[in-house]
Amino acid sequence: MAIDLKTWGPFIALVVLAILGVLINPAFLGLDNLSNMLTRSAFIGIIAIGATFVITAGGLDLSVGSMAAFIAGVMIIIMNSLVEQFGAGLTTVLFGVGASLILGMGAGFINGVVTTKGKIEAFIVTLGTMGIYRSLVTYLADGGTLTLDWNVRDIYRPVYYDSLLGIPIPVWVFLVVAIIGYILLNFTRFGRYCFAIGSNEKVAEYSAIHVDRVKTLTYVLQGICVALATIIYVPRLGSASGATGVLWELEAIAAVIIGGTVLKGGHGRIWGTVVGAIMLTMIGNILNLTDAISNYLNGTVQGIIIIVAVYLQRASWRKTGP
Amino acid sequence: MDSRNTPLLEGKRISRAFGGNQVLFDVDLALHPGEVHALLGENGAGKSTLVRILSGYLPPSSGEVLVAGERRAYGSSGEAEADGIVMIHQELALAEQLSVEENIFLGRELRRGLFLDRRAMRERCREALAELETAVAPTARVKDLGTSDQQMVEIAKAVTRDVRVLIMDEPTASLTEREVQVLFALVGRLRERGVAILYISHKLREIEQIADRVTVLRDGHLIDSGPLEGRSKEELARLMVGREITEMYPPRTQVPDDAPTVLEARDIVVPGAVRRASFTLRKGEVLGFGGVVGAGRTALIESILGLRYRAAGEVRRHDAPVNLRHLRDAVQHRIAYLTEDRKGKGLVLNMGLRPNLTLLNLRAYCHPLIDRKREEQAFQQAIERFDIRLRTEALTAAELSGGNQQKLLLAKVMSIDPEIVIINEPTRGIDVGTKQEIYLFIRELTDAGRSVILISSEMGELIGLSHRVAVMCAGVLTGILEGEQINEQEIMQYASGIKGVGADEQRRA
Repeated sequence: MAIDLKTWGPFIALVVLAILGVLINPAFLGLDNLSNMLTRSAFIGIIAIGATFVITAGGLDLSVGSMAAFIAGVMIIIMNSLVEQFGAGLTTVLFGVGASLILGMGAGFINGVVTTKGKIEAFIVTLGTMGIYRSLVTYLADGGTLTLDWNVRDIYRPVYYDSLLGIPIPVWVFLVVAIIGYILLNFTRFGRYCFAIGSNEKVAEYSAIHVDRVKTLTYVLQGICVALATIIYVPRLGSASGATGVLWELEAIAAVIIGGTVLKGGHGRIWGTVVGAIMLTMIGNILNLTDAISNYLNGTVQGIIIIVAVYLQRASWRKTGP
Repeated sequence: MDSRNTPLLEGKRISRAFGGNQVLFDVDLALHPGEVHALLGENGAGKSTLVRILSGYLPPSSGEVLVAGERRAYGSSGEAEADGIVMIHQELALAEQLSVEENIFLGRELRRGLFLDRRAMRERCREALAELETAVAPTARVKDLGTSDQQMVEIAKAVTRDVRVLIMDEPTASLTEREVQVLFALVGRLRERGVAILYISHKLREIEQIADRVTVLRDGHLIDSGPLEGRSKEELARLMVGREITEMYPPRTQVPDDAPTVLEARDIVVPGAVRRASFTLRKGEVLGFGGVVGAGRTALIESILGLRYRAAGEVRRHDAPVNLRHLRDAVQHRIAYLTEDRKGKGLVLNMGLRPNLTLLNLRAYCHPLIDRKREEQAFQQAIERFDIRLRTEALTAAELSGGNQQKLLLAKVMSIDPEIVIINEPTRGIDVGTKQEIYLFIRELTDAGRSVILISSEMGELIGLSHRVAVMCAGVLTGILEGEQINEQEIMQYASGIKGVGADEQRRA
């Protein structure tokens, strides 16, 4: 049997891109560069793993970028206000982390419930919440930037900048989220139900599946993923503003699609998404290492790769089936 | 050759197979101008396939289609329409969001220069609707119309075309008695104009009223063809079925007089669909549900199962009230439901066969992760028990034949080990062999002490399998027939509201 392009396509593309990177600049394969690249891809990657569930179950979440900005803003405000009481210590950071997770779950729950109970298309609901979260963080920052207390920042810093066994912590988080996501999607009832609902909601309903519940859960899961991504993002810059996380939703969706998940639902792949997220970061990285193409054309190259990737998955290969 | 005797449309030795399943065998059919030709046959006899071939929707596997003596190989229905061959579908094919007039002229809009000539279209649309004596407004949106009005629009759409051959696939299924008479008058006028009409139905009374010539199909074979004169209704019925009903259906399980009631529905109301319906189901019994499509049978059953909103009524299981708010609750009360819409609601077509089989009872394979080995075992057992035949290794449910899909669906709902099995149209679109297997399976269910509710539009099935038959008409459960009462005529009378509860009320309405 020929290599199944649908399954291996994203991996092959990643390898081709990596070889291209080495040819352009041998520094590409340097340990520093690789670890830097993976760390950067972790944000989008973690969010995209959540998005894989939402999209597989036939939904869509456009609000993740604004949600991340909003959560980051609230997190910073909470931590700053707790410094007086608890000092700039671990407790303060843990409160911030806890608040982030609760906010993520809550925001996801709202997206899920309004979509399912209100019977409104996910596109519209999350377009609405996208605007709401974005304006809320701008309001909280009073149009400027929310900055994390310097002392807290010193404590929190390692979450982004430190390594464990030579691997940066964000990459660990990315890996763990990916493994949990993989098991959840492929080996649990919840995952199977996502596939069924995304393929045909009526069939799911007639198979005694609590469709609304499962769909809402996918949004909650997405919210948790956004919260996790925010938790490792905040120590990177120590600030949040109305410009935080802009266009992350599109990058996350792009990563999911490049990875072979079908946008209209019914078919999803976690490892594909992981590869997709890394590829998107890799493109920017390679452009940084070469003068041949301007860095400003990053979006162009990404756009072309997204379209080509989907074309390769959909085109003529379909016809080989019965 | 005498041109008057050349048929307008002719099919010669037409055969057709889907996958490995042959549904038409060397069928000949000739339509002459000014003649109404009735095509008779049971569900699954191949009528729809034959007319889809004649009207260009489907190419034949072998054989040829001739128009006025010339050979045609249509690539699409548009090419057939250009020849004046128009088909009115059994399933409505209208654009819901468009208006009546937009639908009628869809794809052949009248224009004046660059722009649409709305006034001319509205005028011609009004004329066509007036001829059908219907009150539908040309500007009404199709989605706001009832089924019978939509059917009228479909008919208007066909007759406004320059039609030479009109093919009608069960056009009266959703029409009222008065509308049927209007339609027949129209058919008469078209006949006088020299249009050739192919009329598909299994309602013999209608055929007697309008047909000049009949052709009978059974299991894909041409059984009989000739003028209606000299052929009795009884004879045609026998030719259609081809075998005594008793041969087709296994004998019923004996139900003792004191068999306990396992399910009871009291005064169920579903807004817009069911008016205060009540029935009981006993252990080991097959309770049939008869009535025309849209009479409220599916709505009644689905509202009981928690699949649909119910405004009032009580459901009792073993003489205790139960509150089934979701199909999951019904499953927990060991009630299984086999939907009539195999492809739209029954199976996830693009999913593998194993996950389809276990979808309803997936928790049995989780502890807490899905045990794929046990899933595979269950699948192998199902293949054996339900005689699911896999051509090579089918990967997804879409690749199975209709009969095998139905068996997979049956295996799926049986995975919860139900006490009550509700089957909706169990044999729609499947071959005779599989039909009989399903009938035997129903008998096995009742032998094992399970109870069955059978919703069917096939009269023979209801009569051959049911211990009792509940009949519905326009949302009212008009009666529950037993013993000698279970025959075609009686069921028809209850189904059309002539007899039974609420008959008067309906006549007034």
